[in-house]
Amino acid sequence: MDVQLLTYLFVGASFALYIGIAVWSRAGSTKEFYVAGGGVHPIANGAATAADWMSAASFISMAGIIAYVGYDASVYLMGWTGGYVLLAMLLAPYLRKFGKFTVPDFVGDRYYSSVARTVAVVCVIFISFTYVAGQMRGTGIVFARFLEVDVNVGVVIGMAIVFFYAVLGGMKGITYTQVAQYCVLIFAFLVPAVFLSIMMTGHVLPQTGFGGTLVDAQGNDTGVYLLQKLDQVVTDLGFREYTEGSKSTIDVFFITAALMCGTAGLPHVIVRFFTVPTVKDARISAGWALFFIALLYTTAPAVGAFARVNLVETVNETAYEELPGWFYNWENTGLIGWVDKNGDGIIQMRGGDPFAGKPSYEGSADSQAARGEYGQRLVSNTPTDNESEVYIDRDIIVLANPEIGNLPAWVIALVAAGGVAAALSTAAGLLLVISSAISHDLLKKTFKPDISEKQELMAARMAAAVAIVIAGYFGINPPGFVAQVVAFAFGLAASSFFPVILLGIFSKRMNKEGAIAGMLVGLVFTFSYIVYFKFISPELNSAENWLLGVSPEGIGSLGMVLNFVVAVIVCKMTPPPPEHIQHIVEDIRVPRGAGTAVDH
Amino acid sequence: MKEANAKAYWSANIKLIMGYLVVWFVVSYGCGILLVDVLNNIQFFGFKLGFWFAQQGAIYFFLALIILYARSMNKLDECFDVHEQ
Repeated sequence: MDVQLLTYLFVGASFALYIGIAVWSRAGSTKEFYVAGGGVHPIANGAATAADWMSAASFISMAGIIAYVGYDASVYLMGWTGGYVLLAMLLAPYLRKFGKFTVPDFVGDRYYSSVARTVAVVCVIFISFTYVAGQMRGTGIVFARFLEVDVNVGVVIGMAIVFFYAVLGGMKGITYTQVAQYCVLIFAFLVPAVFLSIMMTGHVLPQTGFGGTLVDAQGNDTGVYLLQKLDQVVTDLGFREYTEGSKSTIDVFFITAALMCGTAGLPHVIVRFFTVPTVKDARISAGWALFFIALLYTTAPAVGAFARVNLVETVNETAYEELPGWFYNWENTGLIGWVDKNGDGIIQMRGGDPFAGKPSYEGSADSQAARGEYGQRLVSNTPTDNESEVYIDRDIIVLANPEIGNLPAWVIALVAAGGVAAALSTAAGLLLVISSAISHDLLKKTFKPDISEKQELMAARMAAAVAIVIAGYFGINPPGFVAQVVAFAFGLAASSFFPVILLGIFSKRMNKEGAIAGMLVGLVFTFSYIVYFKFISPELNSAENWLLGVSPEGIGSLGMVLNFVVAVIVCKMTPPPPEHIQHIVEDIRVPRGAGTAVDH
Repeated sequence: MKEANAKAYWSANIKLIMGYLVVWFVVSYGCGILLVDVLNNIQFFGFKLGFWFAQQGAIYFFLALIILYARSMNKLDECFDVHEQ
């Protein structure tokens, strides 16, 4: 069977599964819609959290980024896993005991203030929309490459599927589809990784193959370590050593901290821990979540290293006409561009960019006139004056890995289904957070406290539907700055929610004045720093102009420190919170008496 | 009596958290970032040790930390009689 047909089959079967689950797990009450009735088993919640957390970016882009930047990518590996330690010890169990539906719920109640609640709602909506636009786009790209439909048609199909199970099932529907999506995506990620690992190092586990020795085509051990070889190959070509970094230590430190605390402060992650039955379950569920995430996150750096070696060996010093088929396919989709600087018809991979930015071509992929002497698409960018000739987009590393490694057709189809699962699961989780912020925190808690539960549920469904349409719009017309604003989501979560929630639990004395002042200072500082360097003066965005040498990606950590300092000082100068608030804090610190759960 | 018990439970919890967070800091920020160049002089199977901590080791430690914390807290809950029934 050909790849195309298999891909339709795999993706179609996975969609049928998601829809089936959605019909089975319809939500009947607001509690089911917002937190799945609080009756999700901790292992199921762990898998759902992992799927929620690992987006199209984790699945598609991360291994590619690691392959290109080596050690520097460690900030993502540590930053996006270390946050779960903070969640398990500092936030999740207490928020579960508190037992409400949303993050603004906690902020509003603990700080007895509708101002605090409103600031929280605005942050939630901003952070979540930033994220969700990228997911919709990711779905579109996977569709475009594997099913040969238009990117926009792909986005619409994705929207329709998410619409079905998010609007119908709410959190309950999302949770169980996410469990299924996790299984699809992890299987799709691990299968090619294991194949590659066996092929290159003879190890079944990519994690040990990563530190193993290479084997040759006959399966004989060459005695050369993979990483040793990689360092050797890339430095020979004029790249930086793979296992050494290029960022300053202080910047790596702050970026990692911003990603860790940002992870722990992201509303769509926190809210997942409202869905387990007990406080005890919330703790261990964070462990399950990290276990499921670690399966992918410890495999990705191995995949990155395998792919880099493979890529250099296949492409470098090979004549254009003798390349394998995947090279031409991805060139046609616009993710590969080659300029034959020395006119020898052979591809040279060297350190440095072949030309500035992403390739733009003389004509469309179908046009014969826009092709050069060897049949390559002519690139219209001005070439740089180094010897580097080829641009290969990072995003294709994972998607093209099965083809690069000559793996069977069904593996390629599986990867397509995995990519779609990763994008859809994250989109659904974010959309739910947006809809509950609107229907619960704004409508029910702020503007119309007297609406009935039925009306609130209706409002939640409508808000989810509207959010999907807006997200789809951004997916079809992506704002040019999507890549830049990702720094926002983590920076803002780290500098706003993380300190406020932490102080709300660990300091009985913290009052609304301190919390609001801290949140605003952290937000305004982080927001203006990122806006300044990313939008107002992007030409100044380099280490010598940064405050203390911290890049906009890492500035959320400084914002967080400011938030803590301001909150504590303001709190000392203003009256303590009322008696009943102090009782709430005492109460969330002990597990006994957590609200009852609805059995599924 | 009840209040004193809750206080003792809370300070025992804080002590546990502090201990675990020290390890959390050392394996990631310490071994993976601040000391990475020193540790890279040590070979660990096919890895430079610092690089291994940054791309593999820290994650395994994180997982172990959460599991151990969850277990110790379950014991602590029972010990102070604040566990869920």
